Amino acid sequence: MTTKSQAVLNWIDERFPLTSSIKGHLTEYYAPKNFNFWYFFGSLALLVLVIQILTGIFLVMHYKPDASLNAAGVPVAFASVEYIMREVPGGWLIRYLHSTGASAFFIVVYLHMFRGLLYGSYRKPRELIWIFGTLIFLVLMAEAFMGYLLPWGQMSFWGAQVIVNLFSAIPVIGPDLSLVIRGDYVVSDATLNRFFSFHVIAVPLVLIGLVAAHIIALHEVGSNNPDGVEIKKKKDANGIPLDGIPFHPYYTVKDIVGVVAFLFFFSAVVFFAPEGGGYFLEFNNFIPADPLKTPPHIAPVWYFTPFYSILRAVTYPLFGLDAKFWGVVAMGASVVIIAFLPWLDRSPVKSIRYKGPIFKIAVVIFVICFFILGYLGVLPPTPGRTLVSQICSVLYFAFFLLMPWYSKLDKCKAEPERVNFK
Amino acid sequence: MKMRVINFVKRAAAVLLFAPALTLAADVSVNLDKAPVSTEPAALQHGAKLFVNYCLNCHGASYVRYNQLENIGLSEQMIRDNLLFTGEKVGDLMKISMSRADGTTWFGAAPPDLSVIARSRASGDGSGADWLYTYLRQFYRDPERPTGWNNVIFENVGMPHVLWELQGEQVAKVSDDGHGGKHVELTLAKPGKLSVEEYDKAVADLVSFLVWMGEPVAEKRKAIGTVVLIFLAGFFVLAYALKKNYWKDIH
Repeated sequence: MTTKSQAVLNWIDERFPLTSSIKGHLTEYYAPKNFNFWYFFGSLALLVLVIQILTGIFLVMHYKPDASLNAAGVPVAFASVEYIMREVPGGWLIRYLHSTGASAFFIVVYLHMFRGLLYGSYRKPRELIWIFGTLIFLVLMAEAFMGYLLPWGQMSFWGAQVIVNLFSAIPVIGPDLSLVIRGDYVVSDATLNRFFSFHVIAVPLVLIGLVAAHIIALHEVGSNNPDGVEIKKKKDANGIPLDGIPFHPYYTVKDIVGVVAFLFFFSAVVFFAPEGGGYFLEFNNFIPADPLKTPPHIAPVWYFTPFYSILRAVTYPLFGLDAKFWGVVAMGASVVIIAFLPWLDRSPVKSIRYKGPIFKIAVVIFVICFFILGYLGVLPPTPGRTLVSQICSVLYFAFFLLMPWYSKLDKCKAEPERVNFK
Repeated sequence: MKMRVINFVKRAAAVLLFAPALTLAADVSVNLDKAPVSTEPAALQHGAKLFVNYCLNCHGASYVRYNQLENIGLSEQMIRDNLLFTGEKVGDLMKISMSRADGTTWFGAAPPDLSVIARSRASGDGSGADWLYTYLRQFYRDPERPTGWNNVIFENVGMPHVLWELQGEQVAKVSDDGHGGKHVELTLAKPGKLSVEEYDKAVADLVSFLVWMGEPVAEKRKAIGTVVLIFLAGFFVLAYALKKNYWKDIH
């Protein structure tokens, strides 16, 4: 480095921790060298977040959160989306990137969470990272839900109507709470405007804050790895973990590979199947919202369906309260319970590589149940389907609630001293 | 004991795996004919002509401008000469003069805007094009309806058979399908200006135009997408080589 640029750097470093931040988070942040396929999804989630923010900025320039009808009798909000699709240069691309990005976000985040489950990344000392992560997931659901109202199609409208009505099932405060959320007695222009405000400002701010907390906490304790052993236990003479390598350049160049592979599949959807077979952009949502015409079947977007199935699975009233209320409780619990994993898992080892057969089978059943619940959530209910979703819901909760026992009972293998790397 | 637990869990997993089969029965579906959708300019132009002449009186296409039809090979002059009838400008949106309130009074429901109809009509039964292609070919005479027309896949539809002079008049023979539903068989009672094949072709062209109109950028999108995917595939090779090179001293 020339003396001049060194002088500039010194000037900054005396006033702002630039060099030390770069060292602490990149060039001297030591990550385990044995990361595998599953470890791409954290950085990919960050990439999708950036895609959503950038495309969102441009969408807001042309989108109008207005439920009134234009001269042709179409809601202004709906028409403004089509305006973006047809008349804004490159607007169709920006919009498809954003709509596909929403689904991609959930795919990537689900895989990222599953990685944590496989390798026990939530275990001590990473409990807070996991809790921040669960909060990110919750906030992401709110963000996606509110964003889905904005195109003001039939599914936007009726999906919001159904979900906001759920809050009215809460005793005492419920009806008023749903009124506050809607800003009206039905989903209306008031709802559209406040959801727009939440979707573009409030929730993204919280999301970015939580993501920062998630990463700061991670860099404080260091990353877990597929073997679930702490690399900080074995250090060389300079205090550098023997199995650690600097995040930059090693994982930056590796993550570029992951990013390019991800973008390949992402672009394949954006350019060749932007509707995602009716799952990423629902067909009914190409019909403008009509408060007088209830669609025969209201399905939430695919990423909510496992939890929606759990909601619908509760069909018994209890303690004088509606089944609907308990459904809401069950749905809420099914997300919140994820945050308690660090204390539910009592296994002596972290990684599934060294866990016993009971845990492995439990994970398999859990994943199967999650997929079945997701599948049933897009279909209208029948007695047979409700029974299946009830069984799957019980197994879903059993996976978590019985974990303190079965994880302890399980016959685990001994963890290695150092990570496996070939 | 342990084996028993594992066996039970295995069986439970097997039951779960087949659970979806339990849930698949009985969703009402309609049989749709596969629409021969074309992207040929000649077909799209013919479709545009039918659309402007037969549809664009009650239905608007309020997100589409007349001069966007230049993208299907029409010149501005051709649009002016053939498609503008009532003093519209070539840059105008394809709007109609009938108000929604009048539409509701006259037809029971305001005729929907058709800009994205081909996208909204898609379902598990088939594409939106399939639905439209079937719908426009299955009108039949029904004296009980105020318009005198009914439709097989859209029962008691408010829309009369606008294309009747082309297709002619069909009559329906309704019978029990043996599963508690109805089976409707259509026969051509009075031929129209076009033969059956010609009419099917005309509807196919109209549907192709509606598909084009639903997303005018679709063909360009796929063309750009091909380039993007080729670029990313090439980039992947470079990125992988870079990673390999950096990682060669990690053991």
